[in-house]
Amino acid sequence: MWQATLSTILTLAIGLPGAYLLAHYNFWGKSILRAITAIPFVLPTVVVAASFTSTLGPNGWINRTLITWLDLETAPIILNHTLWAILIAHVFYNTTIILRLVGDYWTLMDPKMIKAARCLGATQFRAFLGITLPLLTPAIVSAALLVFIFNFTSFGVILILGGPIFSTLEVAIYRQTINFFDLEMAALLSVIQLICTLGLTILYARLSRKTHRPLQTNRLPSIRRQQLNWKKRISIVIVITILIIVLVVPLITLAFSSVYKFEPDRGERENISTGFTLNYYHELFVNRRNSIFFVTPIETILFSFRNAVITTLSALAIGLPATWMLTRKTRLTQLLEPILMLPLGTSAVTLGLGLLLVFSRTPFNMRTSSLLVPLAHTLVAFPFVIRSLLPSWTIINPQLRKAAAMLGANPIQIWREIDLPIIGRAILVAGAFAFTISIGEFGATILLSRPEFTTVPMAIYRYLSLPGALNYGQAMALSTILMIFCGTSIFCIEAIRPNAISEF
Amino acid sequence: MLEIIDISKSYESMEALNQISFSVAKGEIISILGPSGCGKSTLLSIVAGLTIPDTGMIRWNGISLTSVPPHLRNFGLMFQDNALFPHRNVYGNVAFGLKQLRLDPAAIDKQVSAILNMVGMKDLANRDVLSLSGGEQQRVALARTIAPKPRLLMLDEPLGSLDRNLREQLLHELRQILTKLEQTVIYVTHDQDEAFAIADRVAIMNAGQLIQIGRPRDIYEHPVSTFVARFLGLTNILEKSIVSVDKSNGVRISEKSLIPVSQPPPKHMKNPRILVRPRGAQLSEHGTLSGILAGISFRGALVDLKIIVSNELQLKFEVPTPSLIPKVGTKIKLELPSDASIWIEDDSL
Repeated sequence: MWQATLSTILTLAIGLPGAYLLAHYNFWGKSILRAITAIPFVLPTVVVAASFTSTLGPNGWINRTLITWLDLETAPIILNHTLWAILIAHVFYNTTIILRLVGDYWTLMDPKMIKAARCLGATQFRAFLGITLPLLTPAIVSAALLVFIFNFTSFGVILILGGPIFSTLEVAIYRQTINFFDLEMAALLSVIQLICTLGLTILYARLSRKTHRPLQTNRLPSIRRQQLNWKKRISIVIVITILIIVLVVPLITLAFSSVYKFEPDRGERENISTGFTLNYYHELFVNRRNSIFFVTPIETILFSFRNAVITTLSALAIGLPATWMLTRKTRLTQLLEPILMLPLGTSAVTLGLGLLLVFSRTPFNMRTSSLLVPLAHTLVAFPFVIRSLLPSWTIINPQLRKAAAMLGANPIQIWREIDLPIIGRAILVAGAFAFTISIGEFGATILLSRPEFTTVPMAIYRYLSLPGALNYGQAMALSTILMIFCGTSIFCIEAIRPNAISEF
Repeated sequence: MLEIIDISKSYESMEALNQISFSVAKGEIISILGPSGCGKSTLLSIVAGLTIPDTGMIRWNGISLTSVPPHLRNFGLMFQDNALFPHRNVYGNVAFGLKQLRLDPAAIDKQVSAILNMVGMKDLANRDVLSLSGGEQQRVALARTIAPKPRLLMLDEPLGSLDRNLREQLLHELRQILTKLEQTVIYVTHDQDEAFAIADRVAIMNAGQLIQIGRPRDIYEHPVSTFVARFLGLTNILEKSIVSVDKSNGVRISEKSLIPVSQPPPKHMKNPRILVRPRGAQLSEHGTLSGILAGISFRGALVDLKIIVSNELQLKFEVPTPSLIPKVGTKIKLELPSDASIWIEDDSL
């Protein structure tokens, strides 16, 4: 609870100046910055945790540099298993949400409002306080709430970075299930969790509907290249630097750590070699420790890939008809909408637990089926699919369909000629989301996966929890692969996303 | 008195304003008239202090405002689409400027209700501004702008988005309110009827240039260029090629048609053209201008005539309604007054 509140406040503190910047100024590299800042949001939690270990962990880059420079015995910054580690990771994770939700809303705000206030005698500060802030409030609150939900249900970050001291409900559920086999306790915690997040989600849905209240006028976002004095320039540079440090540096150190060797592997005491190496990537193809993995790391990639394909197809297969139903405004859909949105309010761990409980006993005994994991992923990805599809589907002007019908098109032709081209991009985006989510999903997988079916995030998690430079390096290597994959997919999503206000 | 001195402004490569200079006397209503994109709104923004000009300066009573930020200028600006604050109700919008003056609440209350009363909105003080109709929003925006008693009031296309009937009604009210307040006003519009109806003087702009400034009647009688003439709906402009000078103090535009005009054209004009004013003509057997009637529309005491004078030339006139209205396609003759035509500069190149 505390952790979530603190994280949210910190995220706001870093995200809001960034949102202002992105909404008001054009500068060189803006679109790249915008795309890069979106990467953390789609990164799997284990990758986030891994990149933090690589940056700020005891063997991380910052500590190593400080040790070398200051000639210290031990790492000066011990963040692992502290609240700070969790806070920083959460800020890293969620700043994008603030940047996007608030930034986009801000872009739509009519600059004339501020001008009007200025002409009515308000100073810059009072215009901000009296006009900008109240107008932005719904967007800020709903973004903050979403961040809070994510922080509240955070699992992977806390499990890996928090250590035994810090625990969210999620982590507690996981521990009760896996460590103590106390399913009843776990179920009880899940119900509490469900109620909390459900409440928060409903609140969020209410608020975000409010931000859809038309801001009126400013139809085309008018960002003009403004004359910048040096004060503005400096503050822009500062904000960009902070954004880059928080959002980009961990990604770079992660990639670096995967190809740089710090210390000899165990059993390699004779010829110590450090420096750049592709060794960790080679090792991914080798099944070295039979006792821990039944499969080589590279096979986990294949397995994850297979999961992702199944997830994408099934999530779209359920998501398309569900969205279609939601676009018809009937009583039934009003009843259905919250139910369809339920998985968003449910955390992955709770979902995993639910599936575990349902499918471990007859008549649904699928506990050993390799389809259980993609099934869980489908449920996790489902709300995102709907959220991607719904906006562009609802904006199809019904007149278009009528016009097509008047021109002699039958319903199938209408769907093919009108609906499909318009929502085609949205379907691609939804698919990409489902795929990315499945590849990186951790919370539900950790409860459901079996050793013979290990996904990439699972493998990273295990490598991270084992000692030794080789394990560490392999974790970094796998994380880098995941990061590159997720980065690519978010770039694709950005490129094909229909021009609407982004929603999460 | 407001002085606008040599103001220029460009955006990237586009020149928005080119050396604009004029002044507005205290209590004067001046209207800036021009097609959209001519730089009218940019000029207002510069006067308000929201945009910084590249060159030139704005002075009020002889004091330069260059370093005065917008909120200290005490100029009011009413925006094209009102820019009402959607999160405040009618009262909150109108009171905003007064609150910035840090008046006590009772005084604000009194002023707000007085102003809402003046614009006929006193019963709607607690309404959500988004629930108002277009005309009501316009009134609230006006009330909000005049509430802090600005020393200069600027209106940017205030009636732009309204339908015709409402526009005429509000224009009338606006004129009354502004005159009553003895307010100094810059009124920006692209509608010449609006400009002529409300302004003491009209400034006509095109493509960032001030083309002509003067009283409405003077501009209408003596437009300086073909742009001004066409913008005011005066389309009887004679091209050089169809004109031949006649010894009887006029120009011949066809075998049977002669138009009186002073000779020769003023020396300072580079591309002189003849503008034939539509008013003052009369249907007459002895007319010097003859042609075939191409169209006629009845407007009460006057009728508008369209006459084909020759293959290349069609002219429009308004004449007193005759007892027997001629039929379209028949031949008619018009007698023009001696001041029917003037020389104007062709600036359409």
